[in-house]
Amino acid sequence: MTVLSTPETHTSELVLSLRGIDKNFGAVQALTAIDLDIYSGEVVALVGDNGAGKSTLIKILAGVHPQDGGTITSGDKRVSINNPADSNNLGIATVYQDLALCDNLDVVANLYLGHELGRGTINEVEMEKRSWGLLRQLSARIPSVRIPVASLSGGQRQTVAIARSLIGEPRIVILDEPTAALGVAQTAEVLNLIERLRERGLAVVLISHNMADVQAVADRIVVLRLGRNNGEFRVADVSYEDIIAAITGASDNAVTRRAQARVDSADAAAAASEPIDTALPEEDRP
Amino acid sequence: MTTPTSTPPSAGADDTAPPTETVRLAAVAADLQDERLIQPHGIGGTVRAFGRRVRSGDIGSLPVVIGLIVIWVVFSLLNPNFLSSTNLVNLTLQCAAVGTISVGIVLVLLLGEIDLSVGSVSGLSAAILAVSFVNLGWPLPVSLLASLLTGMAIGLLYGFLYTRFGVPSFVITLAGLLGFLGLQLWVLGSTGSINIPFDSWIVQFAQQWFLPDWLSYVLVVLTALVYAAQLFVTANRRAAAGLSAVPATSIVVRSVFLLLVLGVPTWYLNQTRGVGAMFLLFLVIVVVVNFFLTRTRWGRSVYAVGGNVEAARRSGINVTGVYLSVFMLCSTFAALGGILAAGRLAAANQGSGGGDTNLNAIAAAVIGGASLFGGRGSAFSALLGILVIQSISSGLTLLNLDSSIRYMITGAVLLLAVIVDSLSRRTRASHGRA
Repeated sequence: MTVLSTPETHTSELVLSLRGIDKNFGAVQALTAIDLDIYSGEVVALVGDNGAGKSTLIKILAGVHPQDGGTITSGDKRVSINNPADSNNLGIATVYQDLALCDNLDVVANLYLGHELGRGTINEVEMEKRSWGLLRQLSARIPSVRIPVASLSGGQRQTVAIARSLIGEPRIVILDEPTAALGVAQTAEVLNLIERLRERGLAVVLISHNMADVQAVADRIVVLRLGRNNGEFRVADVSYEDIIAAITGASDNAVTRRAQARVDSADAAAAASEPIDTALPEEDRP
Repeated sequence: MTTPTSTPPSAGADDTAPPTETVRLAAVAADLQDERLIQPHGIGGTVRAFGRRVRSGDIGSLPVVIGLIVIWVVFSLLNPNFLSSTNLVNLTLQCAAVGTISVGIVLVLLLGEIDLSVGSVSGLSAAILAVSFVNLGWPLPVSLLASLLTGMAIGLLYGFLYTRFGVPSFVITLAGLLGFLGLQLWVLGSTGSINIPFDSWIVQFAQQWFLPDWLSYVLVVLTALVYAAQLFVTANRRAAAGLSAVPATSIVVRSVFLLLVLGVPTWYLNQTRGVGAMFLLFLVIVVVVNFFLTRTRWGRSVYAVGGNVEAARRSGINVTGVYLSVFMLCSTFAALGGILAAGRLAAANQGSGGGDTNLNAIAAAVIGGASLFGGRGSAFSALLGILVIQSISSGLTLLNLDSSIRYMITGAVLLLAVIVDSLSRRTRASHGRA
């Protein structure tokens, strides 16, 4: 992996830029005017509640379905991602939550699945040699690459899936919930791996529900809420509460509206001069 | 994960390892550096490693080989003629036709699919061969080609129905079982049975052609040499790439073992008629299919699709192409098996491919170790399985047992094989080798 063997210095360069991305499924507006910038050597976390549009955005990047509106620019030219091959050509590798590994095949076969080396017959020796090289560079702790993937632990399987995404020498790696099914130690291992990807100068897009993981490894957090951008933070200068507030829309949701209404009605009762219907939220007042 | 949690997640941790560690690692092959690996040392270690694999359910073809030995011992005790050279020569000839069909079954089983119509397809192919060659007077090669192409077209149809409409292969081929049996009867017409001239070379090939003794020994030695050479080349390339390589003594031991496994039966068969050309064809098919399964991208795709279709699709494998090619190969091998059976019988009739052909072919693949759940098995499953099936059949015939008993015993053996498959699958899962 030449891309991995030459660790770059920390020069962040804009590799992909999304502007005003719209996507609807029938009557549902899944994404509305989403902006997202992806820089090399940076981990950007994409967070949001269920239905916020994270998966839809990822699928647009992976070429599963194209966007309905908005532009994607790579470098300084506009690109369109209509199918997974376009996504690959742009150097985007996606690791889905279900990993998509073949349990009956060994690690080497899984790493090179669909891209086997060798002419005519498969060059197993070269593939095994490069597999070890790749896994060593990621400091992945896999005892043997000649055992079926089924016998690996969850973290090791995640490692194999991430390592496989690097075979095509991508510039951007998208990880969908990489720690969702993992234990404490395995999660730490995957987080180490994500940091190593960043050190290699790759752009990493991390989707996670786990704020601890996000704060541990991400540089920047992009919050989606109900299909819209709902804030962008640098991890260094944001608190856990602020992120949660952005995700849930805590300044404007059912819980806060109700709390506000109680305060208002209490005020109203105290003043005893206004009708009770002022308890409506601000925007509903006539 | 055995990573100590106290290790800081800093990136350079591994670069700062003491130099002595690096020196130690450099001396060890790249694939053996993990200290958690249990490494076998010497012959005792190899035996222990083998025992560990068996206990964890990674049993491969061990149960079949043991089963075969038990069957042979039992039958030779009941009837000394069972292990006579004459009977074993017959056994090999009986294996070839259904064994060839079984190779195709192994391929569809690897995808986790099934073809229930191989018997009917083989019967149809025999009927087409007989009618076109005998009744219509076509040249034999054209008749053979017509039979094989019919098989191929049937497989293409199955593959199309499966990939286009998503109908389960079980149902498609069940329809094929009936439909092509009807077509076979229609092709044969009112006579119902057509004899193939005894002096045609397809009958000669199936009944009369045996390798000369010297040629059979030359082939055995050549096979062992090619095997050894191939192991040596791989070992050298692995050593050059800094990976662990099989030691030379092990290569010699394995090659001599193969030489004996092939040589002794060849010598024994040569005591009477020898190795039949038809059986040799079957062996060549098994070896060639095994080569394509293990060494080519197509074979890797077959295992990948059998293991996880969605993963294969996302890796860019042409899943539709894999299904089409495998269904086509299976039906083509069924047609070839039908041709061989017709040659051996010197006739095609309404019973061709009927009776137990279908189930014997499927049972052989399963008994030989091809998993019904997909993704596991090898071309050699067909060889081992058909040896078991035909040994039982031949032994029971020698004991003058009725076909009713034969069916029941074959059914029991099939059930046993499927239980072993399921059990070893469960053990593999609990030992993390599923």
